[in-house]
Amino acid sequence: MAIVVQKRDYSITGPESKRAQEKGLATAEWYTSPIPRAKMKELMKRRNGPAIRDTIIWFGGLAVLGYLAFLSWGTWWAIPAFLAYGILYATPGDSRWHECGHGTAFKTPWMNEVIYQIASFMVLRSATPWRWSHARHHTDTIIVGRDPEIITERPPVWRILMMQIFHLYGGPVEIKRFILHTFGKLESQEKEYIPESQHNKTFWEARVYLLIILAIIGACVYAGSILPAMFIFLPSFYGGIIVITFGVTQHLGLYEDVLDHRLNSRTIYMNRLCRFLYWNMNYHVEHHMFPMVPYHALAKLHAEMKDDCPAARPGLWAALKEVVTALRKQKHDPAYVVVKPLPSTARPYMYGIEHDLNIKVEA
Amino acid sequence: MSNGIWIEACEVDDIEVEDVIRFDHEDRTFAIYRTEKGDFFASDGYCTHEKFHLSNGLVMGNLIECPKHNGRFDIPTGQAKRAPVCVDLKTYPVKIEDDKVFIQI
Ligand code: FES
Repeated sequence: MAIVVQKRDYSITGPESKRAQEKGLATAEWYTSPIPRAKMKELMKRRNGPAIRDTIIWFGGLAVLGYLAFLSWGTWWAIPAFLAYGILYATPGDSRWHECGHGTAFKTPWMNEVIYQIASFMVLRSATPWRWSHARHHTDTIIVGRDPEIITERPPVWRILMMQIFHLYGGPVEIKRFILHTFGKLESQEKEYIPESQHNKTFWEARVYLLIILAIIGACVYAGSILPAMFIFLPSFYGGIIVITFGVTQHLGLYEDVLDHRLNSRTIYMNRLCRFLYWNMNYHVEHHMFPMVPYHALAKLHAEMKDDCPAARPGLWAALKEVVTALRKQKHDPAYVVVKPLPSTARPYMYGIEHDLNIKVEA
Repeated sequence: MSNGIWIEACEVDDIEVEDVIRFDHEDRTFAIYRTEKGDFFASDGYCTHEKFHLSNGLVMGNLIECPKHNGRFDIPTGQAKRAPVCVDLKTYPVKIEDDKVFIQI
């Protein structure tokens, strides 16, 4: 007998949005681990030092690798040199976009804003629309029909995941949006989460982005080479491999439609280099539960709440294995999810609202 | 600004410097702030973006940051200072008498 795989509509303008609202999943209250107020205040404290240091290292690294890549142009060495440059361009570009978008990386607001704007362009994400899309992602994390940042649906679309290794799915979508925004238009789904007061800002930002892209194209034509674009614009494509590798580990394979981040987000232990590139977003349960805690305090926050959470994945490889195994199972059984037992010290998973979870909590 | 009645919200010592607490009165929720300089202020207790408790937020100088999406308001005026908050917060006059904090609602 053939297995019928039932597909849900993941668009945020479709019927699932209404369904989520009816079930009380939209704009709902999320579970938070118990942490004393004094401790939270200490963890939430903002500092400029760590982010200034990391930004200098990042741009310094880009300058060095960029120079080496420039020297290698025209030889086979250009392949590893540009790959290294592209990875250092796109991966911290993604995580700096994220942290500065939350406004927590630096203590000084304008520093967050400057790096947010630069990083947004580097990863080809319109600054204003993505600020709002990300706010929605935090309100309705992995709620089908509400969250615009679900990487792939169930059953998974492998074609999209594979294309994203070189940003070939999201990149063209964004470029199409820039062009729409330039002409003063928004996609219908963007209208769902970007308030009207922000539309003009969106249009003007897109015009600036497009001017920069045209200037890069002009420089390529003038130089008779794609070399200028290899330093700005193209790295967000050819340097995307770590961005998607980190990205898929955040939520994929876990629960949809729940109000407890311990069920739909994954925390992973990573080495120092990965943590630098990712700005500690490997502590993803912690970040979603307490988005006010800056990246440099997430390890401390993890220590504070780990007894209330499932065990972290021991490394990136283990997390990827878990994700790929789950996605392969979801191809035939979209209801399959990875459920991790809680430590005996933890409060049980909070259902919050009525749904069909069937979780065994370790005694 | 309001011209309503004064109600006792808490003791001065109930709020640390650079902090915020929640105060419920009848069916309304307020946030009472004490800024870095020790000044007291009061506003509605919920963020204007998605109705989240500001009392779980972070006071930084004269700003309150909402715990949900890091939106910020100017505490003395209630002005929205950082997206995703776009709508200002309603503020209330505060007075201190006998080490007690009163707000006018
Ligand atoms: S609920 Fe306060 S910023 Fe969104």
